[in-house]
Amino acid sequence: MNAIILSAIWGVVMMLGGVFIKNKLVPKYLAVTGLVVIFVAHLNELISKKSLFSINVHNMIRIDNFNLTFIAIVLACTLIYFLLSASDIEKVGPHVSEYFALIFFVLCGISLAATFNTLLLLFIGIEIISIPLYILTGSDKRNLKSNEAALKYFLMGAFSTGIMLMGIAFIYGGTPNASFFIDNLQLGLGKMPVMIAIGLVFLLISLSFKVSAAPFHFWTPDVYDGAPTVFTSFMSTIVKVGGFFAFIRLFQNAFGLIHDQWQLLIVFITIATLLIGNITAVFQQSVKRMLAYSSIAQAGFMLLALFALNDKAKEGILLYAAAYSLATIGFFAILIKMEDYTIDGFNGLAKEQPMVAFAATVFLLSLTGVPLTAGFQSKFFMLMAAVENGKQFWIVIVAVLFAAISAYYYFRIIQAMYFKEATNVIFQSNKPSGFFKLILLMTMFLIIIIGIYPEIIIGWMYR
Amino acid sequence: MGSYITFPELLILLPLFAGFIVFFTKGEKNPKAIALISSLAVLGVSIASLFYADNTKYLTYNNANYIWLKYLGASYYVGLDGMGRMLTGLTAVSFPLIFIATYKNKFKSTATFYGLMLLSQAGLMGVFCAFDALTFYFFWELALIPVYFLCSIWGGERRIQSTFKFFVYTFVGSLLMLVGIIYVYLHTDARVFEDGTVATHSFSLASFYHVMLSAGEQQWLFVLFFVAFAIKMPIFPFHTWQPDVYDQSPTPVTMVMSGIMVKMGLFGVIRWLIPVLPLAVQQYKSIVIILSIIGVIYASCIAMVQDNVKRLVAYSSIAHIGLMCAAIFAMNQISVQGVMLQMFNHGINIIGLWIVIELIERQTGIKNISEMGGLAQKAPTLTILLVIVALANIALPLTNAFPGEFMMLTGLYKAKIWYAVAASVGVILSAVYTLNMIQKIFYGNTNTVTSMVKDISWNERLALIMIVCLIFFIGVYPQPIIDLTKASATYLLTSFK
Repeated sequence: MNAIILSAIWGVVMMLGGVFIKNKLVPKYLAVTGLVVIFVAHLNELISKKSLFSINVHNMIRIDNFNLTFIAIVLACTLIYFLLSASDIEKVGPHVSEYFALIFFVLCGISLAATFNTLLLLFIGIEIISIPLYILTGSDKRNLKSNEAALKYFLMGAFSTGIMLMGIAFIYGGTPNASFFIDNLQLGLGKMPVMIAIGLVFLLISLSFKVSAAPFHFWTPDVYDGAPTVFTSFMSTIVKVGGFFAFIRLFQNAFGLIHDQWQLLIVFITIATLLIGNITAVFQQSVKRMLAYSSIAQAGFMLLALFALNDKAKEGILLYAAAYSLATIGFFAILIKMEDYTIDGFNGLAKEQPMVAFAATVFLLSLTGVPLTAGFQSKFFMLMAAVENGKQFWIVIVAVLFAAISAYYYFRIIQAMYFKEATNVIFQSNKPSGFFKLILLMTMFLIIIIGIYPEIIIGWMYR
Repeated sequence: MGSYITFPELLILLPLFAGFIVFFTKGEKNPKAIALISSLAVLGVSIASLFYADNTKYLTYNNANYIWLKYLGASYYVGLDGMGRMLTGLTAVSFPLIFIATYKNKFKSTATFYGLMLLSQAGLMGVFCAFDALTFYFFWELALIPVYFLCSIWGGERRIQSTFKFFVYTFVGSLLMLVGIIYVYLHTDARVFEDGTVATHSFSLASFYHVMLSAGEQQWLFVLFFVAFAIKMPIFPFHTWQPDVYDQSPTPVTMVMSGIMVKMGLFGVIRWLIPVLPLAVQQYKSIVIILSIIGVIYASCIAMVQDNVKRLVAYSSIAHIGLMCAAIFAMNQISVQGVMLQMFNHGINIIGLWIVIELIERQTGIKNISEMGGLAQKAPTLTILLVIVALANIALPLTNAFPGEFMMLTGLYKAKIWYAVAASVGVILSAVYTLNMIQKIFYGNTNTVTSMVKDISWNERLALIMIVCLIFFIGVYPQPIIDLTKASATYLLTSFK
């Protein structure tokens, strides 16, 4: 509750602040302060189970340890994102405080989408996430690629929103007592009513679109590539896991009882996502585009949670949210500062900036899923969930083989950093500062700590 | 457990901390000295642990068990049994030998090199000590990562491709094994920790041994586990990464890989495969033995026609490991004990061979046997020491490999006569290529390149003499190692029945 309200308020504050504050440096500090306040307030709610606001929400919002933990992860990752990349947000364009304001609105949307208990709030949450993102994608106004990406994203996003609304309408019509409450669907074990089935498929399609699961992923590479890199970092991590969380909560709470009937659909989507993400990423020369495809590939792994839908899957999605976001944000933060976005641009980084290269290696190893990193634990929990599910065991083997393929493209960057000589200048104007390196190191240690002791995150679920 | 530190913890933590310290040292002398001292200290600990080998009496010194992940039922559980003591002993002996033999070699960024070497030692120690599946998996991967970087940074021309091939092979294998571990884990009983916490399943070795799986489940689980181990050993047809990597890696790393890392595969089969999936082993054992023996003969034949001496030794290693793998699956007391003995011997002998090959390559710059010749005139000490090591490689009586191979062949004979016959062909072939190699390198006339060769320096001489002493000592009196590993072998076979 704290996170929803405070981030909305702070978004407004930032936006109004933009009118009065002319100094370009102030919004950054304002944003970091605001986020710290929200984070502390949220932790307070997580520990004491009491919100600062007592509002009667008529059961439209459900707050439990699971989604509070998730929001805490999202806020922490955003904080790290701000600390690493805030100075790069300043460089995107003149409207600095608006960018921050939009990010706060996205956070509000994610918090709503993580706590919804009715389909209406799910819709509102997803929309609050999406609309600021359309703007952020196009924020590099003079860049044609950015414009194209924004328009593409907007059109495709609007289309998927339409499908989602239609799905909600079908489900509303299909429930016996015409309600939007997701735990009120009263689905029995028998055959699904046709209206519900249509609604379910529509919701599945639109949410697959939001999390860029194949075959609804086509917008992803272009949008991620065209958007300013700082915002790609935010979109491909925090926003994506936010979408996943909504996806999983919806399908667990609303359609969990009839899991058997739609599980096969998820199997197809998972395999297609893993296949397309991993295979296409192998052939990319631009690291930014490669990361776009790798985000699709990682989404394939996260879909295993939807496939399994048990306690391990819940733990897994929390870990995955943290591990994937931290590693990708960290890696993007380095990429933003570089001159050349191709893989050759990384040549010889280890010689010039050994510490940055080491951190980047840990991030990449985490994305690959090597033990001692958070990425391993998240994949491990996902696999465990899928095996525990007991059906369609082969999907686990397929997922594992694709994880091995992912090693190929992540290791290409490691190879470039360590085993090749520098050809060009790596950082021109944008040398990593001492503070940046410090935060990078902290992120790295966080990844290793989660990798050794994942209960630091999943323990919150069982308090 | 008590407040004191136990042997397995020391074996893992000493190289780990020394490794981290080495990373921050400067210059060339310091990293080498620290690495050598730490490896000698580890050797000391390993020898000391032999005096506390009686598990009934000194259990507390040999086991350390800490709760790691409560909800999962995983603990950081390391311990030493007979086989573990033998393999940690091999690791502890090998590293000082490697460091001494390559003491005069120069590596760019020395500190990083030795730091990574020590980290890989820590990983290997962990693999051999782990009594918990998750701990085992962690160390299994951790031993791999430093080696990946070592080969890719300090290796030969084609190092990046060949090392990456190696990495992908083993990564696929270990991920499949991870799936297998998860499946077995989800069928284990609940675990009650000492502090009263209850987890629904358990990763401990004991609960893996007690797990009840149907024959059908065991069949495909066997495949998942065995592929991981077979890639690591490697046995035919999973061996294709090995010659490239041995050829391209820097020699100290090749020594670690061929001397110790290949034993991870054999160790994994003995500790984590056979007792967990006995029904499947019963079913697959003849297939595995046949594959291994095909590998023995196949690798020996390739070794005979190899001109590149590094690849020759690589194929010879594939042949030896294949024989050990076959002997494990022969499943009788004498063959399993022969494997345990031979694991140790093979590690020592192959390090000896690499020392000599590296020396020749460093001085002359050639790897091809056909271009060498007449070294015996120039380097008499080297020749004598190498001939002894090479004879041990052929398993001549009085050398250490003889009792090992004799026991393994006896075991195979007990299983089926023609297994032993086919395997002996491999042994004979090994004599052919090894002697051929010696003849071409050391005898005959010198040419312009080989006439420049100098005899070995003190550090290589020291290392080789120690190896030769070990070869003769174990060759004459293998009983200590046989006694050490007897309980492990007996346990393996009882669990199998």
